[in-house]
Amino acid sequence: MPRKVYVEVIVRVSKEGKNLPVSVIWEDGQRYEIDRLKEVRYAAASKAGGTGIRYTVMVRGKEAHIFEDDGRWFVEAE
Amino acid sequence: MARVILHSDMNSFYASVEQMLTPSLRDRAVAVCGSRETRHGIVLAKSIPAKKAGVKTGMAIWQARECCRDLTIVPPQYDQYLKYSRLAHKIYLRYTDRMEPYGMDECWLDLTGCRLDPVKTANEIRRTMKAELGLTVSVGVSFNKIFAKLGSDMKKPDAVTVITPENFRDLIWPLPASDILYCGPATARKLAGYGVHTIGDIARTPPETMRKWLGVNGLALWSYAAGTDSSRVMTDGYEAPVKSIGHGVTCVSDLLDDTEVWHVLLELSQDVGHRLRINGFLAGGVQVMLRDNDLSFREYQAKLAIPTRSAKEIAEKCFSLFQENYAWQTKVRALCVRAISLVSENIPVQQTLFDDPLKREKQDKLEGAIDELRRRFGDRAVYNACLSGDIKVHEIGAQKVTMPGMMYA
Repeated sequence: MPRKVYVEVIVRVSKEGKNLPVSVIWEDGQRYEIDRLKEVRYAAASKAGGTGIRYTVMVRGKEAHIFEDDGRWFVEAE
Repeated sequence: MARVILHSDMNSFYASVEQMLTPSLRDRAVAVCGSRETRHGIVLAKSIPAKKAGVKTGMAIWQARECCRDLTIVPPQYDQYLKYSRLAHKIYLRYTDRMEPYGMDECWLDLTGCRLDPVKTANEIRRTMKAELGLTVSVGVSFNKIFAKLGSDMKKPDAVTVITPENFRDLIWPLPASDILYCGPATARKLAGYGVHTIGDIARTPPETMRKWLGVNGLALWSYAAGTDSSRVMTDGYEAPVKSIGHGVTCVSDLLDDTEVWHVLLELSQDVGHRLRINGFLAGGVQVMLRDNDLSFREYQAKLAIPTRSAKEIAEKCFSLFQENYAWQTKVRALCVRAISLVSENIPVQQTLFDDPLKREKQDKLEGAIDELRRRFGDRAVYNACLSGDIKVHEIGAQKVTMPGMMYA
């Protein structure tokens, strides 16, 4: 069952007020740099439940989704 | 020109939000139920498998469990429902500002003159809801609000139904009369007595006859059934003029005597008085409604000699109405206080010889000061001594929802 894992995120805020996630700090303290931001849209987190602004990002060559919901960030973990 | 009206209905809204938030509930029989402790223990919404098993909205929890052995019961999370209702409204507003909510989960949209293909737009809304909110909607597309609403009920979940001037006789007219908006059980019974059972029967009855049977409402029903209704879809943010201000509560346990009823009436009147003050109204009359232990419903009302917003006066009037009319055949379960015949606070008032306007003004200032104290320091900063201790009321905040209301000409 996929889990909803709330994570710490380092975010850069652009001059226009847009949030650009820079890196994600996983539960175990491991830090993952975000190499590229591919898409931002509102979406349902169909695997773990809930909804939020979904950031599609590239991390270490792999595509991943990070969600922002009411100021908190989460990812869907297997 | 023919209008283009959409009615979007979020399928089993409360239950769907719960299932969307908690994936382990998906595909299971789920019922959202009020809390048993505060005696709101009935089914508020159910998922599709629960519905198939025979669970109905309004059933007591034990009845629902009897229909469906593996029913999962979850408590309501109103803040979440409000959040998703607002997010859905934001999606509708991408297409038109003529958006009129009807309760938390339903909405009318007017796309007349929007240069959008109605059916394509309806499908787009349906897909967007699913992708962005993980919720499904049924959309009815038609040329008036009534048929759009009936259309949204036809195919569920996650579907679009189109009702046109060509097909409404085949699709709408065979439906039972009670399906139409504002045809409640009493009206349906009355119509059945005249041999009118379907919406088509209503449309085929001469409007004059409908008027004779049901008055102006009969005429409205006829135009709804015949497809000639022209009520507007109100613009987003429209607030209906306030006609009454009320507050009610189901008590934690039954009220046993006059004193207990007085306490609850006083507590409810505080809120009514407060809201009259905020909205700039005076009450020209009061209404007290009660549900007794057998769940039968009574309602009493009276005019006030001088319009007021004083919680004390409202409570006293309600209490005297209660004492005059209620014979305590059985215990009291729920009470509601309502201020009616509202007038603006600026309206001149005819004074009488037997009233002391100065005293009245002083009392009003005093209650204003109490209100201000409560605003700054919380609802329990100042309160009547008799309301301390257990008054059998479990405080529930009023919800900020547009309630299903009236149609606008």
